[in-house]
Amino acid sequence: MKKLQDHISAEHALYLKGLRRKSIFIQLTRIGLLAALLCLWELVAFFQLVDPFIISSPSRICKMIGELAADGSLFYHIGTTLWETLAGFAIAVCAGTGIALLLWWSEGARRVLEPYIVVLNSLPKIALGPVIIIWFGTGSSAILFMTVLVGIIVATMNMLGGFLATDKNKLLLLESMGATKFQVLTKLVLPSSIPQFIGMLKICVGMAWIGSIMGEYIVSKAGLGYLIVYGGQVFRLDLVMAATVILCVLAAGMYALVALAEKWLVKK
Amino acid sequence: MKGPILSFDGVRMVYHTPAKETLAAENMSFSVYEGEFVAVIGPSGCGKTTVLSLAAGLLPPSAGSVRVRGEKVRRGMPCFGYMLQKDELFPWRTVEQNLFLPLEIKKINTPENRKRALALAEKYGLGGFLKSMPDQLSGGMRQRAALIRTLAPQPEILLLDEPFSALDYQTRLNVCDDVYNIIRSEKKTAMLVTHDISEAISVADRILVLSARPAHVVAVHELNFGDTVPLKRREMPDFSKWFETLWKELNV
Ligand SMILES: Nc1ncnc2c1ncn2[C@@H]1O[C@H](COP(=O)(O)OP(=O)(O)OP(=O)(O)O)[C@@H](O)[C@H]1O
Ligand SMILES: [Mg+2]
Repeated sequence: MKKLQDHISAEHALYLKGLRRKSIFIQLTRIGLLAALLCLWELVAFFQLVDPFIISSPSRICKMIGELAADGSLFYHIGTTLWETLAGFAIAVCAGTGIALLLWWSEGARRVLEPYIVVLNSLPKIALGPVIIIWFGTGSSAILFMTVLVGIIVATMNMLGGFLATDKNKLLLLESMGATKFQVLTKLVLPSSIPQFIGMLKICVGMAWIGSIMGEYIVSKAGLGYLIVYGGQVFRLDLVMAATVILCVLAAGMYALVALAEKWLVKK
Repeated sequence: MKGPILSFDGVRMVYHTPAKETLAAENMSFSVYEGEFVAVIGPSGCGKTTVLSLAAGLLPPSAGSVRVRGEKVRRGMPCFGYMLQKDELFPWRTVEQNLFLPLEIKKINTPENRKRALALAEKYGLGGFLKSMPDQLSGGMRQRAALIRTLAPQPEILLLDEPFSALDYQTRLNVCDDVYNIIRSEKKTAMLVTHDISEAISVADRILVLSARPAHVVAVHELNFGDTVPLKRREMPDFSKWFETLWKELNV
């Protein structure tokens, strides 16, 4: 909500120009670094300094992605993983926030459930793999469950922390006005937890990808995680690398979406 | 003389925590009369905030009773307006929305009430800042906004907990004048707690002096400044006389 000045002095203009220059320089260096690494990789593979069969190479990865795209299986695998990740993310965020709300509301429930949450949080979820397969079979629902499981505890703990950190004096102020618990929630606790909510979204993006790929490692017939595992088993490093690159791009895209949501929420 | 609007009768307050119990107030009795500005002073940590919380019905007394016009106080009674040390304006609401907050909480968010709140804001110099966010206001203006928020639901008794202590000295004197004028011209009863002797003398009709913890009333003084504003009082010869008296009583 800062107002832009209409008139800026020559000195300030120079300062702004310097800032812009610096940021352009950083951007170019970033791109340059990526290009340099890719070139180096390509050259090492091209001159057979290391066997390209083991390290693959950028051109072979591109070719691989092209082949996958040509027979359409690329979009099938991307779609599968993306769906599992997004649905798992959404469920984990909503359910986690909901549980955090209930725990905020009832101190009794909070105290009773605390040790359970701590244990669930420190348990490596992958240990539940066999149980999940037996309960949910080998389809998408098993992977979805794994994704939710990885995200939901983190979401709950984060949001509960935010709710409980509400300013004591503001609580006192509302109490002195005779506010009900529901009013305290809607007028104070929820609005003041928005930064915490955004932070939690960012963490949960990462958690959702961990969950879905881990799920696909354990049990799957499709998806990027499946491609990686399959590629590793049949020793096709091109396939492994291609799937990994796509994963990087998708994860970055999802993070960018959350950053966009942050801007929108903060403006409101 | 009008009757008492708020009265403490043999009030005792004990806080219980797992580690220990703290006796914060003992055998406290006093009355506040309608239209009066009472200042309560006491050494730091003696139980001043506790007295206000008891008055507002936020804490039930361990013994004795706190009554408003003969009726036992309850939490959230409409006759009280509580103002804290910091303004506690909600940073995600505009100044105007902050002023409406108590109206929303008390479910009296009617057009008339909103209009009255806005008229108060206009009258006391916040008219141009209604659509601003609180962080664009100066410390003094924020405190004034907090007072108008307190006044919006038309409380009869204002409870002020060191409302100026978060401000720098210069601003504090000015805001103190402003708040005094607003409270006087709105004809409210007010009870202000502070550990600042000169602040108490500059605003009060009557001063209650509390002992160190457990707090009880050790002296009551009727000041005779009438409607003289705080800044003028500070220049009067009586001011230093009162200061000396109160200083001695606080340091026995
Ligand atoms: N919620 C609480 N639980 C336990 N003890 C408390 C609680 N609130 C206050 N006390 C204790 O009661 C005593 C009086 O506290 P109170 O806040 O009323 O004093 P005060 O005069 O307002 O202090 P200050 O000058 O710091 O504002 C203190 O010893 C404090 O530690
Ligand atoms: Mg206090």
